[in-house]
Amino acid sequence: MKTISLNLRIWRQKGPGATGEFRNYETGPLSTDMSFLEMLDVLNEHLTLEGEEPVAFDHDCREGICGMCGAVVNGRPHGPQSRTTLCQLHLRQFHNGDTIVIEPFRAEAFKPLRDLMVDRSAFDGIIQNGGYVSVNTGGAPDANALPIPQRAAEQALDASECIGCGACVAACPNASAMLFVGAKVSHLALLPQGQPERNRRVINMVRKMDELGFGNCRNERECERVCPKGVTIRNIARLNREFLRAAFLSEEE
Amino acid sequence: MNLDARIPAGPLSEKWDRHRFDLKLVNPANRRKFEIIVVGAGLAGASAAATLGELGYNVKCFCIQDSPRRGHSIAAQGGINAAKNYQNDGDSVYRLFFDTIKGGDFRAREANVYRLAQLSTAIIDQCVAQGVPFAREYGGLLANRSFGGAQVSRTFYARGQTGQQLLLGAYGALMRQVHLGKVTMFPRKEMMDLVVVDGRARGIVVRDMVTGRFDSHSAHAVVLATGGYGNVYFLSTNAMASNVSATWRACKRGAGFGNPGFVQIHPTCIPVHGDYQSKLTLMSESLRNDGRVWVPLHPGDKRAPTQIPDADRDYFLERKYPAFGNLVPRDVASRNAKEQCDAGKGVGETGLAVYLDFADAIKRDGTGTIRKKYGNLFDMYEKITGENPMTTPMMIFPAVHYTMGGLWVDYNLMSTIPGLFVLGEANFSDHGANRLGASALMQGLADGYFIIPNTIGGYLAQGGFSAVATDHAEFKGCLESATERIRQLLRIRGKRTVDDFHRELGLLMWDKCGMSRNEKGLREALQKIPEIRAEFWENVMVPGEEANINQSLERASRVADYLEFAELMVMDALERRESCGGHFREESQTGNNEALRDDANYAHVAVWEYAGPGKPPMLHKEPLIFEECELCERCYT
Repeated sequence: MKTISLNLRIWRQKGPGATGEFRNYETGPLSTDMSFLEMLDVLNEHLTLEGEEPVAFDHDCREGICGMCGAVVNGRPHGPQSRTTLCQLHLRQFHNGDTIVIEPFRAEAFKPLRDLMVDRSAFDGIIQNGGYVSVNTGGAPDANALPIPQRAAEQALDASECIGCGACVAACPNASAMLFVGAKVSHLALLPQGQPERNRRVINMVRKMDELGFGNCRNERECERVCPKGVTIRNIARLNREFLRAAFLSEEE
Repeated sequence: MNLDARIPAGPLSEKWDRHRFDLKLVNPANRRKFEIIVVGAGLAGASAAATLGELGYNVKCFCIQDSPRRGHSIAAQGGINAAKNYQNDGDSVYRLFFDTIKGGDFRAREANVYRLAQLSTAIIDQCVAQGVPFAREYGGLLANRSFGGAQVSRTFYARGQTGQQLLLGAYGALMRQVHLGKVTMFPRKEMMDLVVVDGRARGIVVRDMVTGRFDSHSAHAVVLATGGYGNVYFLSTNAMASNVSATWRACKRGAGFGNPGFVQIHPTCIPVHGDYQSKLTLMSESLRNDGRVWVPLHPGDKRAPTQIPDADRDYFLERKYPAFGNLVPRDVASRNAKEQCDAGKGVGETGLAVYLDFADAIKRDGTGTIRKKYGNLFDMYEKITGENPMTTPMMIFPAVHYTMGGLWVDYNLMSTIPGLFVLGEANFSDHGANRLGASALMQGLADGYFIIPNTIGGYLAQGGFSAVATDHAEFKGCLESATERIRQLLRIRGKRTVDDFHRELGLLMWDKCGMSRNEKGLREALQKIPEIRAEFWENVMVPGEEANINQSLERASRVADYLEFAELMVMDALERRESCGGHFREESQTGNNEALRDDANYAHVAVWEYAGPGKPPMLHKEPLIFEECELCERCYT
């Protein structure tokens, strides 16, 4: 088993209004098979026994699908490995003696809560404004009554893989949520089920996104670089087209 | 304890129809007068909250994550079963029903399981209407695959992330109701107690996980959809925050707990690799469709897997179960892997792993096809282990995955406390002693979309509700005791961390109450658990403060519950002196080491009633009557 020791520089902040600061921690030898969050677990066990409060960080499934975890590692949301959430990042991506700077996702619309935890409920607010097909339970036609070309279904799934982690916002110089919004708009615009609400969906979701303080896309492409699910900025292009189409060609307000 | 399952009369296939007709209805205009609390926002909770909102009830939905899109249903990979028979391969509602009863080793209720199979088809229709992007054939129709324990292709899927796509569908429906003002969401709130007034569930006490503030909420009915208790083992495939607290508190308030000893150990997980490990990762069992499970023929063969010729390999599942081969149900596959490792044929550094090999499938179907089917699973495996399954066989080992036990419910999904309903993995109902693959998503959504919206109306329409608000004495009492318990945890300031205790409990449970169990081990566990619990309350170190985010405190509270609940699991496993499904008692096996049921003495649901601190819980039995299925040996050879 290979081991490495690391110097961690971690953002500590007691609460939303408190002043934060970086604090340094040296780890003992750690197995390179360990995951990044397990490294924080080990650190927290030490801190607890030494009388310092452990580092607060969001996490849940630890298999890269729930979207709960996330922090900026050496300047990059979710760390150095592409298409990988923080919980799936393993220490074999680092070298003995590395300094690792760990800080929360920062954005106007993501208020800090504590240490590495931020409030991403703005994402729910956007989805509430149209990120669904308005069908009640019951009475749906037979599932095979609506053939959908395989390619459309696959493209919709590519977009729908978004896990709502917020890395795209954290990576964007404008703290834009357009990759997140574009993914949901694309998922439903690509499918026949999404057509009846296609116009009002995109207009309402974009309006809410603006209202919540997310910035605009400037084609920096940082978002797709850090997206752990590989959602591409084609979805932003589609979002723009959908928005223009709805704004000019539909009767939606 | 009244264990009347309220199974409707009449032929099996007509029971649900008749029952819906017999249930009283709440007039649409009156629904807004009823408040319903839903705890949990995974598949069962989100689908229930959304649908109840659509019907016009006032719903409050609580979850411990920051958003209802994160419940652990999201991690389900393989798929969802439905008796559509789209593949024309002989499937039917009756076959899905029978497979589920048999797969559960005849320890589930026939009427509930038949209803589940009936509703399975409507679930797929509903999800497709919501825009869930299931896999499709070139012609545009839905694709299916076969899945562990089934000889027909009835599993619908969306790559390796079916749970995610289904949950996002239910989450969308829920968000729509939030937007319409019918559901109020309470994220980052943990239920600390159930409030029972005049014998009926009337509300809950919650702790805000950001401010530490305690709050009470009253309602006409409470729905628990809080998942399973696999994390009692510390290491499991569950999410880190998955817990037994909500259902255990309900049990302590009078809800009977059904079959707590029934736990599913999933055969295809990534093996344990270090003592710092925080969780185990499942590799979808769909991999067994193309992967072949094997170990070296001779114990101690340490050659690299690719260097071992076919003649020196034992494809033990194919050898022992020629009809089902690598697709035998989960419990059978898990137990066989353990048997091989116990015989010294385990592979990898620890010797606690078997190979899952794709070489033949790649030779047969080509690299492209196999990558398309399993690419994302292979990537996940490689991220965790650093090895590529396209070139070297995967290593897998069983891990705790799902708990069939849960709060006892009747046909209406109501617990023994009137007004307390329990859905999804949190109830005991449909999977008997072993759950078949791709059936958890089906059950969660059947409960949430289609059953509870009907049966809760029947309860509410009976009326007789006294006006109860959160200033009621019962609410105040629950609030005080919950607050005091949290303060007590913070006062201890001992020398061992919460995780340290949790790990100790988990290891004990895995050894004594895991994949195989015997009387001696179970009795040892019964001795040991109270000792760990006593030390916990004297020596645990919970840092930080009450009125702030305090993740150690959250964990401490959950582990304190596990330390009580674990004892109940062990008692249940001890009491059931037969082997069935995932519950394998070494004293009860056939000559070929297969599970040996004892239908004369154990064809019942074991329901445990909490009797107060320090007192042994009381065992009640709901007999299982099989009118449709003939009890037979569960044979997969």
